[in-house]
Amino acid sequence: MTPDPAEAAATAMARHRHDPHELLQVLREVQESCGWITPEAIDCIQARLGLPRSKILGVATFYSFLHINPCGRYRILFSDNITDRMLGNQVLLDRMCRNLWIERGKVSEDGLVSVDSTSCTGLCDQGPAILVNGIAITRLSEARVDEICDLVREQIPVGDWPAEFFRVDENIHRRDVLLGTPWLPGAALQAAMARGTEALIGEMKASRLRGRGGAGFPAGLKWQACRDAPGKARYLVCNADEGEPGNFKDRVLLATAADAVIEGMTLGALATGAWRGFIYLRGEYRFLLGHLEGVLERRRAAGLLGESILGREGFDFDVAIHVGAGAYVCGEESALIESLEGKRGTPRNRPPYPVTHGYLGQPTVVNNVETFASSCLVALKGGAWYADIGTRESSGTKLLCVSGDCARPGIYEYPFGVEVRQVLEDCGARKTKAVQVSGPSGACVPAAEFGRRIGFEDLPTAGALMVFDESRDMFQVARNFVHFFAHESCGFCTPCRVGTSLLTQMMDKLANGHGSPYDFAEIEKMNLILQSMSHCGLGHSACNPVLTTIAKFRPAYLRRLAHEEFEPAFDLDRALGAARQMTGRDDPAAHVLPEEAT
Amino acid sequence: MSATFLLDGRAIPFSEGQTILQAAVAAGAYIPHLCFHPDFKPHGSCKVCTVKVGGRQSASCTTAAAAGAVVESDTPAINAERLALVQMLFVEGNHFCPSCEKSGDCKLQATACDLGMVSPHFDHFFPDRPVDASHPDLLLDFNRCILCSLCVRASRDVDGKNAFALAGRGLRTRLIVNSRTGRLVDSDVSAGDRAVHVCPVGVILPKRRGFSVPLGRRVFDLKPISAVADASAQIEER
Ligand SMILES: Cc1cc2nc3c(=O)[nH]c(=O)nc-3n(C[C@H](O)[C@H](O)[C@H](O)COP(=O)(O)O)c2cc1C
Ligand code: SF4
Ligand code: SF4
Ligand code: FES
Repeated sequence: MTPDPAEAAATAMARHRHDPHELLQVLREVQESCGWITPEAIDCIQARLGLPRSKILGVATFYSFLHINPCGRYRILFSDNITDRMLGNQVLLDRMCRNLWIERGKVSEDGLVSVDSTSCTGLCDQGPAILVNGIAITRLSEARVDEICDLVREQIPVGDWPAEFFRVDENIHRRDVLLGTPWLPGAALQAAMARGTEALIGEMKASRLRGRGGAGFPAGLKWQACRDAPGKARYLVCNADEGEPGNFKDRVLLATAADAVIEGMTLGALATGAWRGFIYLRGEYRFLLGHLEGVLERRRAAGLLGESILGREGFDFDVAIHVGAGAYVCGEESALIESLEGKRGTPRNRPPYPVTHGYLGQPTVVNNVETFASSCLVALKGGAWYADIGTRESSGTKLLCVSGDCARPGIYEYPFGVEVRQVLEDCGARKTKAVQVSGPSGACVPAAEFGRRIGFEDLPTAGALMVFDESRDMFQVARNFVHFFAHESCGFCTPCRVGTSLLTQMMDKLANGHGSPYDFAEIEKMNLILQSMSHCGLGHSACNPVLTTIAKFRPAYLRRLAHEEFEPAFDLDRALGAARQMTGRDDPAAHVLPEEAT
Repeated sequence: MSATFLLDGRAIPFSEGQTILQAAVAAGAYIPHLCFHPDFKPHGSCKVCTVKVGGRQSASCTTAAAAGAVVESDTPAINAERLALVQMLFVEGNHFCPSCEKSGDCKLQATACDLGMVSPHFDHFFPDRPVDASHPDLLLDFNRCILCSLCVRASRDVDGKNAFALAGRGLRTRLIVNSRTGRLVDSDVSAGDRAVHVCPVGVILPKRRGFSVPLGRRVFDLKPISAVADASAQIEER
């Protein structure tokens, strides 16, 4: 039974102390209990939080998982990363739509169910994956699709579906210092407190630990800058948005080493003087919420969070979890902070940077999940010990998320500097044509370059390593990535908002067999504009996949050129498709035939 | 002596806290721009004001002016990229200039002319954006919205009303009105609000005034936008 929307809104707002900065959490909880955000719920939020209705709607319509229109009691979303595609998600999606007698992207007439696709859900090692009402289901197969259709038709609540559907494995295949260390809650914190706050920052700097979210900024320097910035209060944010397709190591860390992650945050609080921390958990990982709340609760009870941590007077720090609602751009740190403040996830103008003007304008550290976890090793074993692992520019170890064409997809922890070839060997990859390192915004590495090394000197990565064997078409890989960027552009700046969509049109034109060298030139021009004029990293890197595949796999593109100079994208026969559908006829006479055939 | 930076070889004085574009506009120097207005906090979304400074390109409306900086703006390469941005704005919306009341007073049209735009170049998106004619004094033609947020900023910061906001994401980003029905007539907007005068294109239009200044005698009919000192003020005063 659906609860009263006004009541659901009131409950959510009360839980969040009627704080307007909690707007996104309130909307997400209303959606969770009512299925969509009804006008009555918005009335109630508008009145109580004193926010303009247009602002509430602006936020509600920014995030993929929030709906201001009725959208089916069962909302099914297929993860649509290239790895899900390689595992056959398109056939399964069609099968589900056919079974349920519905059209993709539309709600069934009885309001029961909708089926659509979504960006990568971070389950590439056990796909194809779907989300049902926001909760992940792994290892989809034809049999599982049929079972799900039966459950939907019989209107069985998702909570009563077989537990096996929701099983998420960790798939850890190689452990090193981070995954191999047993995490005794409090041990790293005790070691750091014994050394002293000043020494903790010193050890962090000595460790040369660089951020694991992609950009690789030295964590010790970030902590010091935040501590030294003037402000009324300091904040720490653990970036668990992990939206880059092909990445899933933060999911595994949160599931298996949440103590280390939260203890790393507490170390950060000790170093910077922050009194409050947030874990920004991507909406796709909603299934981890209960587990994480439990770990937080245990740590509070053990005196590792809350007031006077480990008995030290004045060392007060606690962590709240913010769940996102489907927006890759919210992984960008300033967009993440906007989202934390209950706004649309639009990247801010920088400078100023978050370390001086972050959450609520106060000094804020944003670090990746793996960065925080790794800081525990530094506190436990010392900076020099840590700096000794890996390479000169890239100290320590890195979790790699291996997916795609290999026998053992999953998590592999290596010291930095490992060759791509080694990873491929360890995961059982055969006849590999290319690997995509660090997701769509990263680099495409062909077989000739498998001697290259993972690290900031050569191949920097947030973690993803997608494997493509000789049967794969690298053009389709790039095309999938371009669609991803267009879907996830926040829409703030012109070059990215319009440019990524134009780029998808150009790639689709090639895919439909209408490409020409002219389109190559257009793609390169678009790349220059995206790189030089975009507002944030999303737009800057949106063209990368296309450019690297053009450079390394030119034949995949050349095969698609219909003409030597120019070919229009317009296809009269295709354009008549809508008319054919409306009139319900699809006989030969309803088609414009190509000239040769007439 | 006040500090200066060099804009295409010309010394531009600035005061602490000013951005490159703010200082340039104050000095009467032209850098193409659409989402910037001297009376409002810079936004940095259209990117038409992008310049090259210190080897990197960045939006001049949000980049702090620095003493001695060498700023390149009026170069063939940057203008070509600006032209592409303006073309992107044209194909994103539905811009039928000959039938637009704002023609000749429109900054998008004037900027396009100034940059030498002769065609939209890209494929049109032809979005479906119904107009809102519900208000007795004002018309909203969303087909022309370039999402510059000037009306949003003006309503919030000057009128104290929050009458407008952006909604949606990516290519589906759109302007919405603050009322339960979503219609302008049900909002607290009035014809005297600053928000309804700042629109640089022809979205928010006063009714029954359309051609009071005839076509051919409007601001950018007489001079190119690069030669008009403060276009915003002239147009808004009407
Ligand atoms: C579009 C975009 C998406 C991002 N997504 C993530 C993410 O999901 N997780 C993450 O840790 N960092 C992400 N980042 C990088 C963050 O902005 C930031 O650099 C990072 O969280 C800092 O943490 P670190 O120094 O520990 O790496 C993203 C950046 C951009 C531009
Ligand atoms: S580059 Fe894209 S994601 Fe980044 S601000 Fe611009 S529109 Fe938004
Ligand atoms: S209506 Fe006008 S002022 Fe408002 S965002 Fe659109 S173009 Fe800008
Ligand atoms: S005027 Fe600077 S970005 Fe629009």
